[in-house]
Amino acid sequence: MKTYTRPMGAWWTRNPYYLWYMLREASCVFITVYALILLVGLFRLSQGKAPYERWLEGLASPLSLLFHALALVLVLYHSWTWFKVMPKTLPFVRIGAWRVPDRAIVVTGVCAAVACTVLIVVLAATT
Amino acid sequence: MKRSNKPIFWSLFGAGGMLSALVGPGLIYVTGIAVPLGIMNQEALAYERVAALAHSGFGKLALFLVISLFLFHGCHRMYHCLHDFGIHVGPGLKAAFHGFAAAGSAAALYLLIAVGT
Repeated sequence: MKTYTRPMGAWWTRNPYYLWYMLREASCVFITVYALILLVGLFRLSQGKAPYERWLEGLASPLSLLFHALALVLVLYHSWTWFKVMPKTLPFVRIGAWRVPDRAIVVTGVCAAVACTVLIVVLAATT
Repeated sequence: MKRSNKPIFWSLFGAGGMLSALVGPGLIYVTGIAVPLGIMNQEALAYERVAALAHSGFGKLALFLVISLFLFHGCHRMYHCLHDFGIHVGPGLKAAFHGFAAAGSAAALYLLIAVGT
């Protein structure tokens, strides 16, 4: 038996909130591809210096730069939304009888992300 | 009742979401933009340096967690995106997405062991 399936259409274009939602969801494609790029890099590294350096050269290609620029924007947006909803995705955080306010959770998350980003850039730059 | 596997995959999705939210922008900036464009010294990703990272215990763990959890996070969300596009996802497709992430994780694990210390 074939049942009726309501067509979905481009529902996410009807409301800006849905569009932002879809944009956030799009970050998953970039995170997956980025993980695969790193996996290929690890494979090249295991092959030796020359293959690894060819992989590095590939990262400077226009297509790679475009991909990483888009990935950076979308992952930053993912990061922001991840901490924005954290008060809703975490159980209530209590210190003694005091419930940590939502705002403090969001601020802590964003500060942790900024600290991690600064740490990575500083560690990478310290050669 | 058969026990649901949802908590496992949701936890991996959540861990990957948290890790990518914390370190994703920094990593993408360094490896994909700053070093290739020469904003940052090329030495930052020099072979000897990255090889030393992949040979160390901490480096192995960090590289494995980033690759594996990013894959589980991304694949889980992609699988749910299909639903948003009106594509009906059955257990087969779900297994394919999680299987892909698992295969990528296994490859990363193998390579990290193969490069030695």
